[in-house]
Amino acid sequence: MRGATQTKCAACAVVVALAATACGGGGSGGGGGGANGIVSSSWGDPQNPLEPANTNEVQGGKVLDMIFRGLKRYDPKTGAATDLLAEKIETKDNQNFTVTVKDGWTFSNGEKITAKSFVDAWNYGAQLKNNQKNAYFFGYIDGYSKVHPDSGSASAATLSGLKVLNDKTFTVKLSQKFSLWPDTLGYPAFAPLPKAFFTDHAAWVAKPIGNGPYTVDKYTKGSSMNLRKWDKYPGDDKAQNGGIDLKVYTDNNTAYTDLTAGNLDLVDDVPASQLKNVKADLGDRYINTPAGIIQTLAFPFYDKKWDTPGGVKVRQGLSMAINRQQITDQIFQKTRTPASDWTSPVLGEAGGFKKGLCGAPCEYNAANAKKLIQEGGGIPGGQLKISYNGDTGSHKEWVDAVCNSINKVMGNNKACVGAPVGTFADFRSQVSQQKLTGAWRAGWQMDYPLIQNFLQPVYYTDASSNDGKWSNKEFDGLVDKANAESDKAKAVSTFQDAEKVLVAQMPVIPLWYQNGSAGYSENITDVSLNQFSVPVYEQIKVK
Amino acid sequence: MDLALEEGTTLERTPGGPEGTGPAEKPRSLWSDAWRDLRRNPVFIISALIILFLVIISIWPSLIADQDPLNCDLAKAQQGSQPGHPFGFDGQGCDVYTRTVYGARNSVTVGVCSTLGVTLLGGVLGGLAGFFGGLSDSILSRVTDVFFGIPVVLGGLVFLSVVTSSTVWPVIGFIVLLGWPQIARIARGSVITAKQNDYVQAARALGASNTRMMLRHITPNAIAPVIVVATIALGTYISLEATLSFLGVGLKPPAVSWGIDISAASQYIRNAPHMLLWPAGALAVTVLAFIMLGDAVRDALDPKLR
Amino acid sequence: MGRYVIRRLLQMIPVFFGTTLLIFLMVNVMGDPIAGLCGDRQCDPATAAQLRSEFGLDKPVWQQYLTYMGNVFTGDFGTAFNGQKVTELMATAFPITIRLTIVAIVFEIVIGISLGVVTGLRRGRPVDTTVLILTLVVISIPTFVTGLLLQLLLGVEWGIIKPSVSSEAPFNELLVPGLVLASVSLAYVTRLTRTSIAENARADYVRTAVAKGLPRRRVVIRHLLRNSLIPVVTFIGTDVGALMGGAIVTERIFNIHGVGFQLYQGILRQNSQTVVGFVTILVLVFLAANLLVDLLYAVLDPRIRYA
Repeated sequence: MRGATQTKCAACAVVVALAATACGGGGSGGGGGGANGIVSSSWGDPQNPLEPANTNEVQGGKVLDMIFRGLKRYDPKTGAATDLLAEKIETKDNQNFTVTVKDGWTFSNGEKITAKSFVDAWNYGAQLKNNQKNAYFFGYIDGYSKVHPDSGSASAATLSGLKVLNDKTFTVKLSQKFSLWPDTLGYPAFAPLPKAFFTDHAAWVAKPIGNGPYTVDKYTKGSSMNLRKWDKYPGDDKAQNGGIDLKVYTDNNTAYTDLTAGNLDLVDDVPASQLKNVKADLGDRYINTPAGIIQTLAFPFYDKKWDTPGGVKVRQGLSMAINRQQITDQIFQKTRTPASDWTSPVLGEAGGFKKGLCGAPCEYNAANAKKLIQEGGGIPGGQLKISYNGDTGSHKEWVDAVCNSINKVMGNNKACVGAPVGTFADFRSQVSQQKLTGAWRAGWQMDYPLIQNFLQPVYYTDASSNDGKWSNKEFDGLVDKANAESDKAKAVSTFQDAEKVLVAQMPVIPLWYQNGSAGYSENITDVSLNQFSVPVYEQIKVK
Repeated sequence: MDLALEEGTTLERTPGGPEGTGPAEKPRSLWSDAWRDLRRNPVFIISALIILFLVIISIWPSLIADQDPLNCDLAKAQQGSQPGHPFGFDGQGCDVYTRTVYGARNSVTVGVCSTLGVTLLGGVLGGLAGFFGGLSDSILSRVTDVFFGIPVVLGGLVFLSVVTSSTVWPVIGFIVLLGWPQIARIARGSVITAKQNDYVQAARALGASNTRMMLRHITPNAIAPVIVVATIALGTYISLEATLSFLGVGLKPPAVSWGIDISAASQYIRNAPHMLLWPAGALAVTVLAFIMLGDAVRDALDPKLR
Repeated sequence: MGRYVIRRLLQMIPVFFGTTLLIFLMVNVMGDPIAGLCGDRQCDPATAAQLRSEFGLDKPVWQQYLTYMGNVFTGDFGTAFNGQKVTELMATAFPITIRLTIVAIVFEIVIGISLGVVTGLRRGRPVDTTVLILTLVVISIPTFVTGLLLQLLLGVEWGIIKPSVSSEAPFNELLVPGLVLASVSLAYVTRLTRTSIAENARADYVRTAVAKGLPRRRVVIRHLLRNSLIPVVTFIGTDVGALMGGAIVTERIFNIHGVGFQLYQGILRQNSQTVVGFVTILVLVFLAANLLVDLLYAVLDPRIRYA
């Protein structure tokens, strides 16, 4: 067992010779094995405190996924939202919903989960003074603009759209019709919270208490978190292992090396530079499955030079000048798939994903590309600058590759250049303050597996992530119409009609769908990733 | 002991020893003596030739490379050497040979200019502080402390992210700004030691001016450590440029440099080591040439060898 | 001597204020850190404004600085964006980095000076050339490459070490990272010692010592080495600080949660509280190291006197 290895190693004390360090290595995986075996997994330091409505990145999301369960849960395989804590969610007009909570669920501290556990949690998440970064999730609920105004201080303490009827039921009134709204409730931001969260907040943050299949056993900020199976967990998705030890790594490459050396069981983010070695190092202990992430190139429509009538042709031409297949093969080793619409394969055909919806404008065609760009008046300013943040990820490589591809088509080595920005924060603040005058790397990671989530927040006029300030009445109208549609299939096809506006206007160029990639050790089996590229920890079995 | 030291000493003496100095000749200055020595030193000649070659290909890279360093074919990414492409291809499918040749200009400029700047600024300030001591020394030493405190990454992000110029000069300026305290410290320590020597005390007693003492007596005796550190630093500055470029604040794309290529190649050492080998090799040869040059100059300036 | 030390200690006060102000301004110049907290989407303006006022970022810089300094004197170094106290971060990071630095410095002193003495006494011989070539290899291959290679070979292929350092980071796990961290400085120390030794080997006092018939060992260590160490000591002194704050690459490769890693993360997240706190402590370390170096001058060369 790992613990034993470490004590042994510590006992070596200070050694003089290099060879003496040999006492490391070796032991891995869970000593207990079987249902009590412990899985060690790589982790990154979460950027924000681990509150459900305040966690917007995958590292914190991993933990929430283990210690919380909400009204709905997305099936790790199909992505379909199914009722979990919800007995039923009913509506007649797609605007007023009645939620009934199941009996028999408690938090791991024994507290019973009631309608109030949800309503209090949502009110906390929406309230401006609590600084919850996912507060916008509650934006569809009536009264949001009072508890979370765009400026100034809140004029109400709670959302007027939420009402507790009794221990088991509460009602939700939305500010607009939104037929697919119940399907958003699988997101961790909508998790219930125990009383301890409100009464002793500091202690809760230091050691969160939830209602998921795992409980937090020990949390050392910045270095590790030990989660253990909660034996009394009432759900069907009970943990198949004894617990998960999350270890913070300074670099995903180091985590991968540790995996190959047998000191770690699971790495859920295999670095791009190692992808070529994965087969040799891990054999079939490597997963590469679609995740709900699409990467795009966005343009500044607030800049007159880009918002021209001929601009459509230039953008379509640029899109056709990018050899997506070659880049995903060579740079990403097939862990990305060339994009041919603006959603993600994880939605499935029924959910709205449609391969090839974009058609010719998203396919590489050097001759037509050059012609279109020239017809559209050429690249504004004579040079396309693609901004990206240089501090994380392998953005430099693909941006350079995209530029090389465009340069080749244009027959000009300076037609496109990468423009790195030092830090992510600086990059984001340049994007949001509309300082960029060229294209920039953009990406969208879904919050919930709905086609609505891939379109409305990103391309609707003045939507929260419409950084390029693109605006199109036809698109907006179709999105509104789709949201009001009570028939799911009809709603999806109306969203697809809206997507066709994107083909014609090409406000952002879709590049590729990102996959989740993970590698694991010989000690564990049944490893998979869900649509959010988070490992399905509770299903992992230890040999 | 005797043997080793004596042999070492004789070996140093071979080129242009005092034998060549006829009694009739006028006494020459230290610097012309040094130049005479240098011209006959094979180490100096070899290193000077390498540096000359580097300078020439920096100015006219097309002399020995007929392709375009920015003309890349992703289909050939990471492939090994093949006819017409002796060094193979890098991660973007660019020709490694061409990029190594074209990278010389930026890398050599960054290395040489930064080193010159750092040495002049640091050497002069540190030397003066060591020589005069007292208040000026205290102030300078504390200023260097503050500069040492600034993390390179932070400094780079702050000073270089506001620059839009795509030339090497902002990078050089930045390296000089953060690099001079190191040389200043070394120079100061060296001067403090040299100042104690009998001949300096004697010169002072004879009424030599400060300038004369510094130039004639102290500099030649204190310069050795500065040269040693500077010649090694030259190599590290070229690598530093790579780190800065990697963070997006160094040379802006589509600039070509060894540093950029080395940092790009480092990710692929397991699969395509050739990508690292050539630019790193070029860097090694450059540093070797400057270290040898530094050694030769130092020897030539050492009066004890005559 | 005592007065000199006191004077030097007093000088630390202005340096302390100068550095903190400078770093504070630098982090501020980098712009708005809040935009980076919301991932690839825009923070909603109300939450962003709220966060700004919570971290005091909506006030003028001078006021932020004064508030910060006021807090520092009560022992409060502020809070990182993830809600962790900076003092807590320091308490875990500094001991680890100090251990790493000690390992690196020991390597520099033991290997660097020995190689320097050997090559300095045997200039132009094969051993000198070999060391020169090794030096070149070390300088021209960046640390991250040497680090990755050693990690791969020793950690994975041969299984001699654990490729990553555990969060306790005991000395034995830090040997290889320490060597990697010291590698470039090793090159400097070797070359500096070599030059100094070669120069002083011809000095009169060495001739005298040899002529007196002193044993070789004694001449080298007592007379030659001691007089050759000033530039080397200066370098190592300046290097202590550089090693502590500059171990970013090494700490990342070997998963060491030390000062370099925290500082780097703080800089990338533009968290002035973390960065200023860590740098302030680092500057104090430089000051102490430099004082020690200056005092060592007098020990190594009795002609140097401080009043």
